[in-house]
Amino acid sequence: MSVFILRRLMQSLVLLCVMTIIVFAGVYAIGNPIDILISPDATQAEYDRAVRALGLDLPLWQQYLVFLSKLVQGDLGKSFVFNEPALTLVFSRLPATLELAFAAMLLSIVIGIPLGLWAGLRPDSVAGRSIMAGSIFGFSLPNFWQGLMLIMVFSVFLQWLPAGGRGPTANFLGINSSLFTAEGWQHLLLPALNLALFKMSLVIRLTRAGVRETLLLDYVKFARAKGLSSRRVIFVHVFKNILIPLVTVIGLELGSVIAFAVVTETIFAWPGIGKLIIDSIFVLDRPVIVAYLIVIVLMFITINLIVDILYSVLDPRVRLADMKS
Amino acid sequence: MTEAVLKVENLQTHFFTKAGVVKSVDDVSFEVGRGKIMGLVGESGSGKSVSGFSIMGLVDHPGRVVGGRILFHGRDLVGLPDEEMRKIRGRRIAMIFQDPMMTLNPVLRIDTQMIETIQAHEKVDRETARQRSRDALGQVGIPSPDERLMAYPHQFSGGMRQRVVIALALAVNPKLVIADEPTTALDVTIQAQILYQMQKLVAEQHMGLIWVTHDLSVVAGLADELCVMYAGRIVERGPVGRLIDAPIHPYTKGLIGSVPSRNPRGQPLTQIPGMAPTPIDLPAGCPFRPRCARASDICRTTPETAEHLPGRFARCFHPHLEDAA
Repeated sequence: MSVFILRRLMQSLVLLCVMTIIVFAGVYAIGNPIDILISPDATQAEYDRAVRALGLDLPLWQQYLVFLSKLVQGDLGKSFVFNEPALTLVFSRLPATLELAFAAMLLSIVIGIPLGLWAGLRPDSVAGRSIMAGSIFGFSLPNFWQGLMLIMVFSVFLQWLPAGGRGPTANFLGINSSLFTAEGWQHLLLPALNLALFKMSLVIRLTRAGVRETLLLDYVKFARAKGLSSRRVIFVHVFKNILIPLVTVIGLELGSVIAFAVVTETIFAWPGIGKLIIDSIFVLDRPVIVAYLIVIVLMFITINLIVDILYSVLDPRVRLADMKS
Repeated sequence: MTEAVLKVENLQTHFFTKAGVVKSVDDVSFEVGRGKIMGLVGESGSGKSVSGFSIMGLVDHPGRVVGGRILFHGRDLVGLPDEEMRKIRGRRIAMIFQDPMMTLNPVLRIDTQMIETIQAHEKVDRETARQRSRDALGQVGIPSPDERLMAYPHQFSGGMRQRVVIALALAVNPKLVIADEPTTALDVTIQAQILYQMQKLVAEQHMGLIWVTHDLSVVAGLADELCVMYAGRIVERGPVGRLIDAPIHPYTKGLIGSVPSRNPRGQPLTQIPGMAPTPIDLPAGCPFRPRCARASDICRTTPETAEHLPGRFARCFHPHLEDAA
């Protein structure tokens, strides 16, 4: 197991290096941030000073080396725009996004798995068919439109929930989050639902397919032949087997929810990281872009590692030491 | 036969498919006595496995028992409420499946799968159930049962897994065991061991055993009585020795004639001409008629089961009585 984790960490390091090179080259190719940052009527002297202050006068490979040597010391540079350390900036916005992402994932699991089980066990019933039809909507509706509709129905017509923004936060066990205030929950519900609908449909379909497939297997029939109650057959024998694909997909989707919450954050004016990265890309604020991507990549790596470890817990046939990571 | 454990009378199990009604089991009657082994022989699709599942009340949708009685110790199992049937399944009637690689749940430990069976039927604590599981494993010849209880199915070989399944089936002392081709997936040497084990257990525990198979040579040395199935019906029933030496139904004769070991070397094997009929479109009258050398016009009506010789039953108008008498 420790060999597996060590190997995984080495790979992650290589991955990070490659990623930063690509981002560096990519942002450089798009344009020169100075043209955007400095006012067009600045003198040549002012221009040169700004270029030198940001270290943009050096050739790209030297800029990269400077970046690397600072990275080793834990310094990701300062934002060109805010003149604040990029990492601090990213971390100040991250909690809001994480909160949203986890709430969305939780919603899709808590609602998606029971619905999927129902649809899998009673595929021909009206409820089963309706669930499947609903999941097609969840898949196909454009996220932004669906968000606007949610606002229209629940905020404008019914006036049950606020249309946007993040509620007040409270501190609990050292974590500052809007999850700990009632108003925070009200603000969170709509954006989380908007983000969750697609994932929920995915979980429903995956659970249903798993149930349908597993029910036909001999060991389920054997479990029934042993005289077990159908509750035990479904919740132990079937469920433990379908958890394996579910955990994989949920893990991967959690990463993508964090990284791609941009649309939802924009519609609901959620002060998350998605908005920050879009703004940074517009002004070519390279340190923030790089810092953001490093954080996201690290998060993906961590989630994948957790998924792999969960795998070995769920499926006794998987041994991490033999796994080709 | 003094005391019948199981008496099946005119059992009919049909499958209602879109293409039509498939009469998988059509008017099947037999009985199994205490401490007796009944061999149920037939080709694939002859209805032998469906007969077994009908007794267990585990016929899958769209199939259903549509007629007849299944008397277990005099009590009719057909139409019994689910919960009543569940108490009988595994407790009074156990079943062993064909492929030991598929019958055990891959993600649950052996002890979990054994203890849950015992606890589904008896109010005993975990520790007692565990001890009984261990004893049952020892009884079927599994070395160091204490350690093996903690193992997962994939850590066993095929033969060992089938022993585990047998131990599992027998841990609650059933009165009747239905074994659905339990040795087909195993090596010949392992097959012999399992056969010996089963024979011993039947004798020791005075249970009835139904051995479903397509392999005549396996049941020849094992069973007390044989039922030969063809196209959903029992075509011949009788004591094993006499039935194999001098079959009276033309199908049984063809089946026995095509076993290689009985022919002299160098002689071509006898074949039954034609193919087994598709179950959805059976010929009227005797289903074996199109393949039978003795068929005549009267075979267009369905032959009833008749006792042609003492203890020898067959559904045939032209039985081979010459050398059987």
